[in-house]
Amino acid sequence: MKILVPVKRVIDYNVKARVKSDQSGVDLANVKMSMNPFCEIAVEEAIRQKEKGKADEIVIVSIGPIQAQETIRTALAMGGDRGILIQTDADPEPLQVAKLLKAVADAEAPGLILMGKQAIDGDNNAVGQMLSALLGWPQATFASKVEIGDNTVRVAREVDGGLQTLELDLPAVVTADLRLNEPRYASLPNIMKAKKKTIDIKTPDEYGGLTGGHLKVLKVTEPPKRVAGVKVETAAELVAKLKTEAGVI
Amino acid sequence: MAVLVVADHDNQSLKDNTHKTVTAALALSPDVDVLVAGQGVGAVAAEAAKIAGVRKILTAESDALGKQIAEAVAGAIVPLMAGYDAVLIPATAAGKNFAPRVAALLDVAPISEIVEVVNPSTFVRPIYAGNALETVESNDPKKVITVRATAFKPAGEGGSAAIEAVDPGPGAPKTRFVSDELVKSDRPELAGARIVVSGGRAMGSAEEFHRVIEPLADKLGAAVGASRAAVDAGYAPNDYQVGQTGKVVAPQLYIAVGISGAIQHLAGMKDSKVIVAINKDADAPIFQVADYGLVADYKTAVPELMTALSDAGL
Repeated sequence: MKILVPVKRVIDYNVKARVKSDQSGVDLANVKMSMNPFCEIAVEEAIRQKEKGKADEIVIVSIGPIQAQETIRTALAMGGDRGILIQTDADPEPLQVAKLLKAVADAEAPGLILMGKQAIDGDNNAVGQMLSALLGWPQATFASKVEIGDNTVRVAREVDGGLQTLELDLPAVVTADLRLNEPRYASLPNIMKAKKKTIDIKTPDEYGGLTGGHLKVLKVTEPPKRVAGVKVETAAELVAKLKTEAGVI
Repeated sequence: MAVLVVADHDNQSLKDNTHKTVTAALALSPDVDVLVAGQGVGAVAAEAAKIAGVRKILTAESDALGKQIAEAVAGAIVPLMAGYDAVLIPATAAGKNFAPRVAALLDVAPISEIVEVVNPSTFVRPIYAGNALETVESNDPKKVITVRATAFKPAGEGGSAAIEAVDPGPGAPKTRFVSDELVKSDRPELAGARIVVSGGRAMGSAEEFHRVIEPLADKLGAAVGASRAAVDAGYAPNDYQVGQTGKVVAPQLYIAVGISGAIQHLAGMKDSKVIVAINKDADAPIFQVADYGLVADYKTAVPELMTALSDAGL
């Protein structure tokens, strides 16, 4: 079975995003970029499934600028087999991304699509669900455990109040939550090997194109800042202030 | 224009997120209906009918809807959208699961976790873990929106909307429910609690988390939360996680014990009315957002706090 893993190049999760002074967006110039952490978890899960003999090929796909090749290369160094970059300098909306990925899935015919539950830049948490709907496949989002069976996949999902386990017919879309696994670091020999793996560079037009945008970002602003309050010396002083000053207990 | 709100419930009772989402919906249109999709939802629908300002309650029932299977919920909503210009869905784990599916089936762009309605086609939403706010305009004829409930006041009671059953849709033939593993608790729910006590990695173990955080929470009648670090380390269950990728809370009082205050965590609690931080590291970022900071080891500070609360008559 083939597993398709879409990955996104985003601002590194350790970098604090800064809003541009003209309110046109977040400043990404000279900022460290990395693979979205949830995508990394999805790549790791695909590799573990292959190591268990549940998959025979892992295809990594990314949509983004030419530098997104590095992100794909990282996934190949972890253990992916080959990559596809749909190169665009546009910043496509989740619906546009889902449509491009549907076209990739139609061409590649994977048995499973494993992807991150959300990207830490737009925080939409939407593409996996939309892709699943467009394909007419079942979905299991926020996965914390994935077990592939014969033509089915069993997924424990993080839901309000605990965990829910579902069984889906394959092919299916599964999105990864934080606790699915801890992604590995690529070893130096594997980084070297990954340089020889194929990355096909494609255009959006080869997958149906970037059809019209539905959303317009009017502005991006700083959230209101919270001002630090006072330090108290003792627990008794704290309780007194909560009671009389703040009136919350 | 008419707006549909999808109720947040557990088949037994209606959650407050629904009332808050109705408030957001009323900012789009005075014509707001509420869909209760589930199984055995008579009591939930009756509660929803009392929300002030709601025109009509729709109920859709099936086994798959009772388990909130995304394919089934989306399948029930999409045909209804012929009669609505927007659907507003609380941004819970369940809502985030099915909302984008509805959007894709309608060929519109979902708008995730709005915190403000500027006008019926323009909304504000946090991006980059809450480090920026995006004002976005949608040109879609029908809008699919998830609502960060903590940003809206709950709609009042006093309504008496009619209840009407609708087609539950095709269900989820390719998805089977296997089991639930839900954390049982008598404490208030994290998302709607008036007071939240959260523990961090400093707890060091699940036993210590249990021993320190829970009694303090119980003394205050509070819900229990945790930082991602504490959840990742296995000190607390996943649904305790407060943060951008966990639950977003905005209680009257938030007490952070042994939490350093990573950006990710702050994004989930910085809209609380009053924030208290207890941490032995005076430079911990949590103190930059705390109204009251106590620089002390939780091991001594929490017992002292328990005593001080007792002395104050709590």
